[in-house]
Amino acid sequence: MSETTISEARRRPVWLRLLAGLALLRESRVGMIGAGIVVFWVAVAVLAPWISPYPPNATLVPFALPGAAAPDGGVFWLGTDHIGRDILSRVIWGSRTVLIYAPLATGCAYVVGIVLGLVAGYHRGWVDEVLSRFSDLVLSFPVLVLYILIIATYGSSGLNIVLAVTFASAPAVMRIVRGLVLDIRDRDYIAAAQMRGERTSYILFVEILPNVRGPLIVDACLRLGYVIITIGVLGFLGLGLPPPDPDWGGMINETRSMTMAFPHMALFPCLAISSLVLGLNLLADGIREVLLNA
Amino acid sequence: MSRFIVKRLLFLLATMLVVSVLLFALLEISPGSVATKVLGPYSSQEQRDLWLAAHGYFDPIWLRYGRWLGHMLQGDFGESIRFKVPVAQVLWPRLANTAVLGGLVLAIMVPLALGMGMLAGMREGSRLDRGISLVSIVTTSVPEFASSVFLAALFVFWLDWLPGTSTMAEGWHWNELVLPVGVLVLYDFGYVARITRASMVEVMLRPYIRTAVLKGLPYRRVIVRHALRNALIAPFTVIMLQINWLLSGVIVVEFFFAYKGFGSLLLEASLNQDLFLIEACTMVSVAVAVGTQTLADIGYVYLNPRIRFS
Amino acid sequence: MSMSMSLPPIEAPRDVAQEPLLRVDDLWIGYRSRAGTVPAVRRVSFALGEGESLGLVGESGCGKSTLAYAVMHYLGRSGVRLHGEVRYRGEELAAMSPERLRAIRGQEVAMVYQDPMSSLNPTLTVGEQLMEVPLAHGTATRVQARERAIAMLGEVNLANAEALLARYPHQLSGGQQQRVVIAMALMGEPRLLVMDEPTTGLDVTIEAAILDLIAELQRRRRMALLFISHNLGTVMRVCERIGVMYSGELVEEGATDAVFRRPRHPYTRGLLECLPTFDTDKRTVTLRPIPGQVPAVLKDVEGCVFAPRCMHAQAPGCTTVTPQAEPVVGAPGHTVRCARHAELPPWSPPRAIDAMDAPAVNGGEALLRIEGLHKVYDSARAWSSRGNGGVHALNGVSISAHRGRTLAIVGESGCGKSTLARILTGLEEGNRGTVRFGGVDLAATAVEARTAEMKRAVQMVFQHPEGTLNPSHTVGFAIGRTLARLAATPRRELRRAVERLLQTVHLPPSYARRLPGQLSGGQKQRVAIARALAGSPALVVADEPVSALDVSVQAAILNLLLELQSESETTMLFISHDLAVVRFLADHVCVMYLGQVMEYGTVEAVFQPPYHPYTEALLSAAPVADPDAHQRRIVLEGSLPSATRVPQGCPFHTRCPRKLGDLCETTRPPEHHLPGGHRIACHIPLPELQAIEPVLGPVRAEAGD
Repeated sequence: MSETTISEARRRPVWLRLLAGLALLRESRVGMIGAGIVVFWVAVAVLAPWISPYPPNATLVPFALPGAAAPDGGVFWLGTDHIGRDILSRVIWGSRTVLIYAPLATGCAYVVGIVLGLVAGYHRGWVDEVLSRFSDLVLSFPVLVLYILIIATYGSSGLNIVLAVTFASAPAVMRIVRGLVLDIRDRDYIAAAQMRGERTSYILFVEILPNVRGPLIVDACLRLGYVIITIGVLGFLGLGLPPPDPDWGGMINETRSMTMAFPHMALFPCLAISSLVLGLNLLADGIREVLLNA
Repeated sequence: MSRFIVKRLLFLLATMLVVSVLLFALLEISPGSVATKVLGPYSSQEQRDLWLAAHGYFDPIWLRYGRWLGHMLQGDFGESIRFKVPVAQVLWPRLANTAVLGGLVLAIMVPLALGMGMLAGMREGSRLDRGISLVSIVTTSVPEFASSVFLAALFVFWLDWLPGTSTMAEGWHWNELVLPVGVLVLYDFGYVARITRASMVEVMLRPYIRTAVLKGLPYRRVIVRHALRNALIAPFTVIMLQINWLLSGVIVVEFFFAYKGFGSLLLEASLNQDLFLIEACTMVSVAVAVGTQTLADIGYVYLNPRIRFS
Repeated sequence: MSMSMSLPPIEAPRDVAQEPLLRVDDLWIGYRSRAGTVPAVRRVSFALGEGESLGLVGESGCGKSTLAYAVMHYLGRSGVRLHGEVRYRGEELAAMSPERLRAIRGQEVAMVYQDPMSSLNPTLTVGEQLMEVPLAHGTATRVQARERAIAMLGEVNLANAEALLARYPHQLSGGQQQRVVIAMALMGEPRLLVMDEPTTGLDVTIEAAILDLIAELQRRRRMALLFISHNLGTVMRVCERIGVMYSGELVEEGATDAVFRRPRHPYTRGLLECLPTFDTDKRTVTLRPIPGQVPAVLKDVEGCVFAPRCMHAQAPGCTTVTPQAEPVVGAPGHTVRCARHAELPPWSPPRAIDAMDAPAVNGGEALLRIEGLHKVYDSARAWSSRGNGGVHALNGVSISAHRGRTLAIVGESGCGKSTLARILTGLEEGNRGTVRFGGVDLAATAVEARTAEMKRAVQMVFQHPEGTLNPSHTVGFAIGRTLARLAATPRRELRRAVERLLQTVHLPPSYARRLPGQLSGGQKQRVAIARALAGSPALVVADEPVSALDVSVQAAILNLLLELQSESETTMLFISHDLAVVRFLADHVCVMYLGQVMEYGTVEAVFQPPYHPYTEALLSAAPVADPDAHQRRIVLEGSLPSATRVPQGCPFHTRCPRKLGDLCETTRPPEHHLPGGHRIACHIPLPELQAIEPVLGPVRAEAGD
């Protein structure tokens, strides 16, 4: 075995650990299905330029039903919307929008939440009091009301949405991390680290953080799902990303009035978003199952 | 116990106060933008100044805030820019409508979720459990707007059993409530069912359940008297918090089905920059949210003898 | 007239007295797991008659708890009976209908559990849980059930029974909770009581009171008792017969006295040889740990299950044939499962056999001087992690430890020993008083303020093996990091330094790559010791380092500590509640109670009269696995006062059997100074204390055969 016994805990590359993690998932059928769905959508998003039959904003034949023939000899597999844009292409490109903004927003919320949670849980004291009260405050708002307030006041843009999600989600992450840290900070190995004279940042990131990974990963998957739904809802309410960029929520908003006559326009983006969130939820469940049996 | 209640109530008041300050700072801080929103973008500077002076906007900030808060507490929320009537006149009827909707949702969802959650938890690992868990995961993955589309497509477009909008244009029809209530129940029950199930599973593994069984108690008694009392503590708080969640959920549903409720009012107000209406709606919804949270906290302590008598 | 009346033959009445109350016959129990069905109990047979008591002892994983639950026919979701019979009064449990089983449970066979707090429902009052038993079985009305509950609480010596009925379990102390559980078990007037480690986790004096209660109840009610424990001493107090279990098998069974005096099975002998007793100390005796580890049995074992670790094992006899349970000649009722038991040499308790070369007690200079140390955890601080209600953890403690020697701190919950450890290591600061060590006052310097030199000098070994190592770091990383931080070992030398340290604690160097989850409890403690020694500390604080370990592992770790200490002249502060371990290991002892020093002196001086009354009670309460030891019985009334409300005057006065009177309640006791630095803090005049009879009687007689 290598010489790096000492730094072994830190040296193995991230992607290798990720793959090892995924391999563990094999034990849970539910987790595998979820992972499959997520991987599918990630692939769709990445390969969008190559697999999308038409440009997403090209106006072709309005009100075409699913399976109708296209003027250039192809098929509108999912039909077209009221302006004539191919729905399949818009769904494919919409996955990009979702899979860029949602992970970005969730990631920001996590970074902020983890740092605050570690600090609050480890130091206790007035820092903890202030942070906890503040997070209680933010969490006491009905979530959507908060978003509407922020977006309606500051306008809707990609950046605003990311900031709003970070602001609304970081307290929840902070709460979770804080709870996990409180659990761990009284363990003897933390005392041993303190007696070695380790710096606080070392204790937080090297001693504590690796041991809270499991529940955090599960929460991350679930939260990513919530954020995707949130972005969808904002788009649905007309507060999402400005058109014409395809965004599943926005697509549903634009076509919902026609649901009674042409349900296919809103139906397929709904299926897309539901399947992606389902995949994430199943994945989270699978990871939780694996962690329990580990 | 009573000390705890007092503390929580004080915290509730403090929260409302802080929220009011934040709201005031957000929306009313600059008189210029207020006047523009009230009188419209085409009004002249002179008109705005006249209006601002008449409504005391040139007074010092703390005086304005105090007056604003005072009005709020008396129920005077000002006049809606769009509807041109006092906000209170628009707000309360809409709130009542949403209350009806919410009440129906809770009345259906709570027994359903608790029942299924407990059954799943008692028979952990069985096919029933796995079925209920799967249904729960699927329903919580489908956001309300999506399920609105699905249900509308199914029941309105395809089967034509139910009306597609819930405007109550021709008086009160219960069948117009079916779809909105259905969508909300569908999304929400999964979450509560899963929490109940998890709580039940955890309780069934506890040593005191083993003690009860080995005392020779009949199974029914073990479940009802020993397991449920402990297992229902967590779901109770979650259900109280669902009221908080409902305030968000109704926005989407009311918007989709054109139901004249509180949620759609807030949304319209935001989209129309109807300032005073936004303020009023926000304060009311935060009040409801924080109020239910306080109730949930108090209830949790009350139900948990370990905390109550410590 | 002859009338031939043919009467049906009279059946001889079945002699119920002959049929034992409980009969277990060739019982095999397994657990279903991913790896298949693992047999946890194998070929166990025993019988228990009315009013008899049988104790089952063994280390972790021996299957004793599984066996206890099998007697209640409660195997859990993954347990399965593979073979054999369990008969209660002749009826096979597995064949009973659910109603019959339910009728028996609680009424005829009742159980008492290990952790009373979690065995009681936190949302029901004590009264409800007690009254449930007769009410659910339909044997009493509500009024009658209440009366019986009050009577039971009285029988288990709980005061204020009426008030107790309305309380919730968490409002009672640990000892009170266990008494409630016992009362609950007695509500149905059972014939057989099964107890699974009922006193584990309770303080020593409380434990002694509960054991006495159990013994008395069993005698008075003539109940059969099946008593499970890992502690041989407790079994000795309560049971007439004892069964020794190893890795799922019952290897020896017999009268308690006989088994302890003349153990026949090599494992039993091994256990007794690694138990420190009150008349052994490190200068006269070596503890002999049993080499190897308890095997993980996946299927069945070929040959004797103990053979791999047995020093008398001989192939092929011991390794191919499973030994039968054979009776011992000349000892009725004594059976042993060993093929060679008749050939083994007679056993005698360990004596002066290559004892450790320990330095004389009085010798080294006083390296650590604690003077007048006070520590109060303030409740007013909203953000203290442990404060609740002004806890007076330490109340004027003055003791010293000498270079290269071991100072033991003995006491029960709330005595302040953990607080003392935390102050020494800098995790807390004292309020008043000093801790002089190497010219620095440790009590005033928190760990953040300490120099690297000071950090190196004082290190700690913790109690629980599970929490002592970071589960995400390998052994090599944990030790290496400590080396790098404390001993400033350069990067390239780290691997070799780690390997060297692992060798000193007798672990193979390959263990550096392992994660804590892959180690046993004893191995984790060895790593913890290696980590503590990485910086060559002058003072090691060991907070109950062996309390959570099995007996045989404990002996190995104690030997290791002695070995390391003699090599490096490290001073050790050894905290423990186990007096026998302290007697063995320590040079000086300090007996603490609620934050104050009751007695301090050399080990010989403290363990003999004159005693402090508390020391006397502790010595009397400690379970001793020696049938020949005469141990005077002193039972303390009441429970330990909480450290938030320390009694005025002498803190022990609320329970002291030798209390003088008001003086003890108002004034803090003076210290008697005896030769050799021996101090006793008591109002009782010294001559009276010196006249106290020794608690522990004459030394064990040489056992022969």
